[in-house]
Amino acid sequence: MRGSLSLRLGAALTAALLVVAALSFVWTPYPPAAIDIPHKLAAPSLVHWFGTDNLGRDVASQIIAGARVSILVGIVAVGIGLVFGVALGLVAAFMKGVVEDSIMKACDFVFAFPALLSAIMLTSTFGPGVVNAIVAIGVANVPIIAKLTRATANSVLAREYALAARAAGRGPLAIAFDHVLPNIAPSLIVQATTQFAIALLAEAALSYLGLGAQPPQPSWGRMLSDAQNVLYNAPRLAIYPGAAIALSVLGLNLLGDGLRDALDPRLKARS
Amino acid sequence: MLIEVKDLVVDLPSSEGAVRIVDGATFGLAEGESLGVVGESGSGKTMTALALMGLAPAGARIGGSIRFEGRELVGLSEEAMRGLRGDRIAMIFQEPMTALNPLRRVGAQVAEPLVLHRGMSRKAALDEAVRLLEHVRLADPERAARAYPFGLSGGERQRAMIAMAIGCGPRLVIADEPTTALDVTVQARILALLEGLRAESGMALILVSHDLAVVAGHCDQVLVMYGGLIMESGPVDVVLGEPRNPYTRALLEARPTPGAPRGVRLKTIPGSPPHHREVGPGCPFAGRCEMTADVCRTTRPPPAAFGAGHVSRCWRAEDLEPRR
Amino acid sequence: MSAGERPLLEIVDVRKVYRLPRPRPFAPHPVRVALHGVSLSVIPGRSFGIVGESGSGKTTLARIALALDRPDSGVVRLEGASLFDLPRRELRALRAHMQLIFQDPYGSLDPRMRVERIVAEPLAALGGVSRAERRDRVAQSLQAVGLRAADAAKYPHEFSGGQRQRIAIARALITRPKLVVADEPVSALDVSVQAQALNLMSDLVREAGVTFLLISHDLGVVAHICETTAVMYRGRIVEIGPTDAVFAAPAHPYTRELVDATPRLDLAARTAAPADRAPAAHARAGGCPYAPRCATAEPRCLAEAPTLTDIAGEGRRAACHFPLGLDRKARR
Repeated sequence: MRGSLSLRLGAALTAALLVVAALSFVWTPYPPAAIDIPHKLAAPSLVHWFGTDNLGRDVASQIIAGARVSILVGIVAVGIGLVFGVALGLVAAFMKGVVEDSIMKACDFVFAFPALLSAIMLTSTFGPGVVNAIVAIGVANVPIIAKLTRATANSVLAREYALAARAAGRGPLAIAFDHVLPNIAPSLIVQATTQFAIALLAEAALSYLGLGAQPPQPSWGRMLSDAQNVLYNAPRLAIYPGAAIALSVLGLNLLGDGLRDALDPRLKARS
Repeated sequence: MLIEVKDLVVDLPSSEGAVRIVDGATFGLAEGESLGVVGESGSGKTMTALALMGLAPAGARIGGSIRFEGRELVGLSEEAMRGLRGDRIAMIFQEPMTALNPLRRVGAQVAEPLVLHRGMSRKAALDEAVRLLEHVRLADPERAARAYPFGLSGGERQRAMIAMAIGCGPRLVIADEPTTALDVTVQARILALLEGLRAESGMALILVSHDLAVVAGHCDQVLVMYGGLIMESGPVDVVLGEPRNPYTRALLEARPTPGAPRGVRLKTIPGSPPHHREVGPGCPFAGRCEMTADVCRTTRPPPAAFGAGHVSRCWRAEDLEPRR
Repeated sequence: MSAGERPLLEIVDVRKVYRLPRPRPFAPHPVRVALHGVSLSVIPGRSFGIVGESGSGKTTLARIALALDRPDSGVVRLEGASLFDLPRRELRALRAHMQLIFQDPYGSLDPRMRVERIVAEPLAALGGVSRAERRDRVAQSLQAVGLRAADAAKYPHEFSGGQRQRIAIARALITRPKLVVADEPVSALDVSVQAQALNLMSDLVREAGVTFLLISHDLGVVAHICETTAVMYRGRIVEIGPTDAVFAAPAHPYTRELVDATPRLDLAARTAAPADRAPAAHARAGGCPYAPRCATAEPRCLAEAPTLTDIAGEGRRAACHFPLGLDRKARR
């Protein structure tokens, strides 16, 4: 069954990403920032598994440590998107009327700015760095989650069991937590994995432009940028970070697809 | 006989192997007659109707014989079947909103079979479509023809679907729960319309319904289906007046009768109708039936005749006490 | 209505109007009147039926009766307390006395909650019920509807349609309400299962002292449970009275049409098919809304809307200028 293949493969790749990031805290083959000019641009060998870059830094270590930044940005940015997006979406769905319209229009407004462009604007204004990158990407996530939350919450509120809860005397907060959130959770989870992949790519792009993680903090995007200078001599220096980004994004997307298939049909009544 | 069905079997593939949806249906319908097919969920009534039209889902295995106008339909090529559909046999579905294409005007949809089977030009077919819409007593047929399905009410959409079905003068019309989604007063009018059309054109009608009373009022013959099996069949007055099958009897007794004292307990059938997978080797009604005997659980009851075309499948039909 | 019996539910002159989106930017909003000043009283112990087709406003009325929607004007009183004038907290407490059963046994239960939480939900709103007591009451409620206490641990998808409807009824009963509003409670069930649900409802009336406000398009179902019935057409009550009298000898032509249109199993009672005519004229504002469809309409009917007036005593009322003769027996 194709669904479960996506799920298994996606889960495996994502898990690998997480494991590598976690590993980076306790061990890397070499200190990622250790400069070793005499051994610069070394080819892959048993000593340096992926070789070294133009400053002699071990590429494998940089890849492993770079995962850390990617995960961090992904989790926190998506977390910001979820916390604020779900809150706004729920407020819109419950309050309806003018409030709902204004929130959605505000989302549309933020949406209108290409996420990457606004991230660039933000980081150039407030200074480069991981924190600002996270905030920028997080803010760009909020409208997407808010719109999804509002739409799915509305469809739950239209169901009879929500009406039954009102008839039973439950207030909006109780209905939101007991009925709406559990039922919209599957869609949110799937969207969150997609947003994670997007955040990862966005962080890579920002770092590539020099606006994300700053040296000496390793980042895949910046590795790509550095690799540009020595592209003819050592194209492998672009391939390693590129592949890392591509595999991570692929894994997350597959995970999202697999989850969508796994979570939704189960909700449809078996009888 | 316009249509003769012998031992029709429909199996659908599933993750647990083939599931039998229709188990050996045998019945016939003469020109101009009307047949009601009654059953609850899982009875197989809709699948029987679809099988007659060759519209069973892809992957379905059809066995047995369906002879229509002397021609064997089981195993007929899809192309030949398509020639029949809409022309000699037509179907009316339950939910007109989904059976009509929401993106095409009603007139164009009614005209479609005419273009396809009668070779009419677009213009001539559209004119005929308006005439058909008027024939099914749609108020303002010109407006209806130009409208999209969402612009019509439920009853109007159903009339449009009927117009689409009768356009080519089919000999047999199959109506699958045509009025279930409609208000009762609209239902009465639609059923009256079908009666009128049948009387004037001599077409035969197969009416599939979960409502015994609808069938009682509008059909000559009736099939009572349960768990894929035809439990009882015959002339409607005989089957409903003197049922020879505990299931038919139980269905009759489960309805609140008008004039009965209020709050009197209705006779119920414990449990609920089975899923197709759950039907065992014996009678599908075994267990729920209050007259269940051992043989009922192990072997399918064979059809037994009770005169005048009245057939019932029940091991203990003889033991049924006369009604009232 | 015996003197001195305080009505359980009183609906007085309730009007509800929906504003539709405007067709053009500065055009006025078209308005659809869902309820045109509807009044009725439900006496404790005498279940009340509302019969009507789509567009009659019966579901809107049910929601207003339960204070799930506000009327634009009019009063709704439960045991004398005016629901829309109460502060939020008191209204919530009153909800214990009025519960609701829906038509769709598949949609009315949250698929992600276990049966115990579903059935206990009205208790959560009341507050002050301990875990143990909650479990007991859930078990009691489930048993009262013919399910088992062990079923509380399962999920809705593990049950059939009929069983889910029972769970919905168990939920409605857990606060021991006096009034249960049932909106098409058996329409989505198989015939053989409908009877089980109807028996359950009759038992509840007898044994638990529940009074039903039953809304249905099915006259047989209403006749089985309700002593009094109101017939609604396009937002108005057109006839009201003791159920048996209303169905056996309808006074209003619409009730007559409904009764005739209902398919009857009774072989002797099958009436001739009603004439299938398109409406004669369009309804005119200010006239009787049923006049265009009415077989016995007169010019006065198109011009002047009739009001609900008493006819022939016994609490029967009909909104018709020319009510059908009550001495005419139902056509057999």
